[in-house]
Amino acid sequence: MLPLDISTHGKLASYLAFAAIGFAFGTVLEVAGFGNARKLAAQFYFKDMTVLKTMFTGIVTACLLVFLTSALGYLDFSKIFVNQTYLWPGIVGGLIMGAGFVIGGYCPGTSVVSAASLKVDGILFFVGTAVGAGLFGETVAWFSGFWNASYTERLLLSDWFGWSIGATVVAVTAGALAIFYAVEVTERHLAEPAAPWAWKLSNPRYVGAAATALGVALLIWGLGQPTPEQKWQRMGSQYQALLDTRDVFVHPLEYAKTWNDSAVKLVTLDLRPDADFDAFHLDSARHVSFAKLADKDFVFELDQLPPQGVVVLVTDDEDEAVRAWKRLKAQGVTNLYILDHGITGWKGEFAGVAVHPFDLARPSSKVLEAFPKDAYKPKIKLQTSRRAAGLCS
Amino acid sequence: MEARPYTNPYLAGALLGVVLFGAFALTHSGLGASGAVSRIQVAATAAVAQSHVDHVGYFAAIGAGGRHALDHSSVMMLLGTFAGGLVSAYRHHRLKLEVCKGPQVSTRTRLVLALAGGALMGYGARFARGCTSGQALSGGAVLSAGSWTFMIAVFLGAYALAYSVRRLWN
Repeated sequence: MLPLDISTHGKLASYLAFAAIGFAFGTVLEVAGFGNARKLAAQFYFKDMTVLKTMFTGIVTACLLVFLTSALGYLDFSKIFVNQTYLWPGIVGGLIMGAGFVIGGYCPGTSVVSAASLKVDGILFFVGTAVGAGLFGETVAWFSGFWNASYTERLLLSDWFGWSIGATVVAVTAGALAIFYAVEVTERHLAEPAAPWAWKLSNPRYVGAAATALGVALLIWGLGQPTPEQKWQRMGSQYQALLDTRDVFVHPLEYAKTWNDSAVKLVTLDLRPDADFDAFHLDSARHVSFAKLADKDFVFELDQLPPQGVVVLVTDDEDEAVRAWKRLKAQGVTNLYILDHGITGWKGEFAGVAVHPFDLARPSSKVLEAFPKDAYKPKIKLQTSRRAAGLCS
Repeated sequence: MEARPYTNPYLAGALLGVVLFGAFALTHSGLGASGAVSRIQVAATAAVAQSHVDHVGYFAAIGAGGRHALDHSSVMMLLGTFAGGLVSAYRHHRLKLEVCKGPQVSTRTRLVLALAGGALMGYGARFARGCTSGQALSGGAVLSAGSWTFMIAVFLGAYALAYSVRRLWN
């Protein structure tokens, strides 16, 4: 199942993989002509649309491959790093970069390739990017409020539009093809000597490639992205051991400790029937049904948790707890645990506690003093690797 | 020997897409360049004044104390990108010490503006938390909403200024 976690093979293997990917990246940029500022800048005068063509073909190709392999069950999309959305800082930064692009003629990646092919302007541009990055570090404190605002951890275009991923992939593909078509027809007309306007594309390869891309996009839409249960079928084996060894079952005392730990953002989901919940529930708990755990908006919220977020499932029915755990795990929820033996175990654990005043629904950290330090085996280990990914940091 | 022509833009794009997918499949994340630029800058600053790196929060996160700024996967990718560009340029007879510029602009102006444009680009890329590779390409392919709005902003910014600086390129 992709993505392979190359980092588990040691630092050297991981670094070699990154260098190899970089090598391929540099090669492709160079053969596309992106090491030459004149070719890049020509994009902004409608003289040579290579940047637009190559960039959008790259985006669409990778997008189709990612979501096709995800739809077919070969890739777990919830493990793929999606750039966080900082809407307004991204737009402001983008506008500044656009200005830098047309003045300087490169972007950071292309300037590396340009410098490698001994273009003096590329070398200076690259030096300039380092200077600019330094200036940013010196000045960001002046506007850190704005820089950290309008943030969403994992916001997809599909979430934004309220469409399915498949429909969004089709829209992106069709949009790119429409732009390519417009560009081809216009370029022919603006070329010297100019051809008269004609709607028909003369290159059968282009038509074939476009039809293939659109076909794949429609296939992705038709297949749909896998349900949590389908995903568990394919990828569950890697997590099954955590259930078998009970490494995700949290002792009531560890729960109480975590609850009182201000550094942890704890989300408790109580799955028991209404009557049980109304009779007694943990003060921190949210009452949710099993069906709710497959709800896109609900899981979206859990995916936005910070790295120190912990989700704990509570129910007296252990089979249900395990089913719920699998369902959320398959959707990429990290730091996910089950309260061992549910509320029954909770009440049993604290039955004879002589700490006063003591509230069973919201125990203070004092209650821990009534137990020996080794009364339980700690299970919660915060996993932040997925969130920390991304090469822009 | 004459420099060979560049590859068809759509073919290059398809290859770029395959490389990008390969990056996701092997490493969880896509491509990137500007993160490494930041790290090179912090390492250079640290070589001169480590205490400054330790005191500016943004730099400290990258290279404070015992942490070495260059010890990061993004730097490996940048080295790979450089090597890939170098080998490809050599094989296609494009490895040549020269300045890429418009016909009407002097070499000195071009070089000063390359440096200035680079500085704007570096500043903007940190502001946007990623550059054309790390945000637009990688985030765009996995449908990140922020990456798409960012990408539109880059093109808008460039087109808005293009007419004013047309003498640089035409």
